Amino acid sequence: MSSAAKHFGPLLFLGSALLLAQGPGGYNPEPGVDLSGNWGPVFHEDAHERGPGPELVNYLGLPITDGARMYALAWDASRFTVPEHQCEVHIVSYIYRGPLNLKIWDERDPVSQKLVAIKQYIDNYEQTRTIWMDGRPHPPDAAPHTWMGFSTGKWEGNILTVYTTHLKQGWIRRNGLRHSDQTTLVEHFIRHADHMIHVSIVTDPLTLTEPLVKSQDFVLRVQTGQVWLYPCEPVVEIERPRGAVPHYLPGENPFLHEFADHYKIPVEAALGGAETIYPEYQTKLTKSTPAGPSAK
Amino acid sequence: MKLGTVLSVIACLATIASAQDVQTIPVQGNVYLITGAGGNITVQIGDQGVLVVDTGLAGTSDKVLAAIRKLSPKPIQYVLNTHVHADHTGGNDAIRKAGATFTGANVTGNLVDIANGAQLFAQDNVMQRMSAPSGKQPPVPTANWPTETYVSGRKPMFFNNEPVIMIHQPHAHTDGDSLVFFRRSDVLVTGDIFVTTSYPFIDLERGGSIQGEIDALNTILELAIPGRQDEAGTYIIPGHGRICDAPELLEFRDMVTIVRDRVQASIKKGMTLAQVKAAGLTKDYDARYSAKSGIGTNDMFVEAVYKSVSQKK
Repeated sequence: MSSAAKHFGPLLFLGSALLLAQGPGGYNPEPGVDLSGNWGPVFHEDAHERGPGPELVNYLGLPITDGARMYALAWDASRFTVPEHQCEVHIVSYIYRGPLNLKIWDERDPVSQKLVAIKQYIDNYEQTRTIWMDGRPHPPDAAPHTWMGFSTGKWEGNILTVYTTHLKQGWIRRNGLRHSDQTTLVEHFIRHADHMIHVSIVTDPLTLTEPLVKSQDFVLRVQTGQVWLYPCEPVVEIERPRGAVPHYLPGENPFLHEFADHYKIPVEAALGGAETIYPEYQTKLTKSTPAGPSAK
Repeated sequence: MKLGTVLSVIACLATIASAQDVQTIPVQGNVYLITGAGGNITVQIGDQGVLVVDTGLAGTSDKVLAAIRKLSPKPIQYVLNTHVHADHTGGNDAIRKAGATFTGANVTGNLVDIANGAQLFAQDNVMQRMSAPSGKQPPVPTANWPTETYVSGRKPMFFNNEPVIMIHQPHAHTDGDSLVFFRRSDVLVTGDIFVTTSYPFIDLERGGSIQGEIDALNTILELAIPGRQDEAGTYIIPGHGRICDAPELLEFRDMVTIVRDRVQASIKKGMTLAQVKAAGLTKDYDARYSAKSGIGTNDMFVEAVYKSVSQKK
């Protein structure tokens, strides 16, 4: 060892240690886990609703308000044929329910490598979502609302918790149940090795009497995810007078009993509400009149 | 709604507006939104100067002008009114006077006051509603009147390298409604034909009608083209509330049309206005759209629709 090294070696070591501990770009372990990768959905939960789609007038287990129920009962599935409705994107509070490939990656400051945002590409409807991790505030009330909303995230241990505002009106369930544009969303992304659980909590006092909690599962795909494109070009499918909106007048929904009769449950249960979520409702049902084919 | 009630609501709005700060939000292209001064105010800026759509409540103009000056030091050359109501025209005098009209040759020489203040455009029915026959007291002071009106259905202009078109929507919110379309920036200003804060106010006393309202909403839908994946594209600035795009206006159009259909069906069944009001026909929309009081309540909207549909017969 040279004389200089003998003299300055300890100082160099100390300096390096300080740089590593404190300097920009140094070794400062961030909280959280790496969610990056291609994730595919697992459909064993609510498969029927998430694949083929929910039955008409099946609002079971959803804590909806009377107003939300009335909206859904007025909703005619033929509204999908109106050109302006054809390309409507599934709102972020609903989009993870569908078939999708989910790509997640970090966006980092090129100089400091600090985490600026966690980005997601959801190939169903080609949505790119940004979850800001840099502490920026949400936009003012008068700013536009979007399908993916404005999201900020933070690590709570190894759980990524995301808070979203500025949402458009969108599906609670895609059979006419909608939440409003006043909705806020809290999500938790929880990774266990190659499995990820996504929990979403939808709060909307205008259409829900209590928060709606759902979960979805994803598995990590080693193979690059299939990237679906989703070009959408609206066309006139049914000739209608200008501005016609397909809907049912109050009390005239012809499908009111269809789901209830098929599964032999009372219509009142099919119409949902917070009560229908909880086990005690089964006791109440056993005391009520058994369902049978209903007269329209 | 009676004139007195409208005035008292506007007075209330003025108190609220004066107590809050105005806020400026970039919309798209050359266009900005100013909120907090009553009705929404839209500002287009560029090399030629400043164009302002609606002027908010009287008493908020100092704040509005300060907000405009932060966007551009250039002269306000044009003020456009979307309709007659005072929460959109109350600042006409102050905003117009802060601007300038550029003229030349013998026009300026012979008419010395022609260059003082900006030009103020509105559809002709706005002028009719603001003014009164000679010798009678006009409902609106002359200083707030338009300096120019149009009657031909549309008033195009080219300003700041952008086509700007006022498009008359007859008998919608009132009988003098104009859409203002910034064609390069791709921003459409609707006035109170579209609001995100309440049910629409169909001002039957000033020539509004439910069918005209629906026709106007359908016209906006035809003009506004959403971007890829049904988002953004043409941005829409409502008379009150937040910036929207076409899919959001679509939900509003659907709501107004569905309520009209329900009321119409009830009238066909012979139901009275009181019965229709008691039937809860808007219960699915009330939580989102019904104002707690004043303009835009469910009760007021249903009454206007009922009377308008009945008038049609």
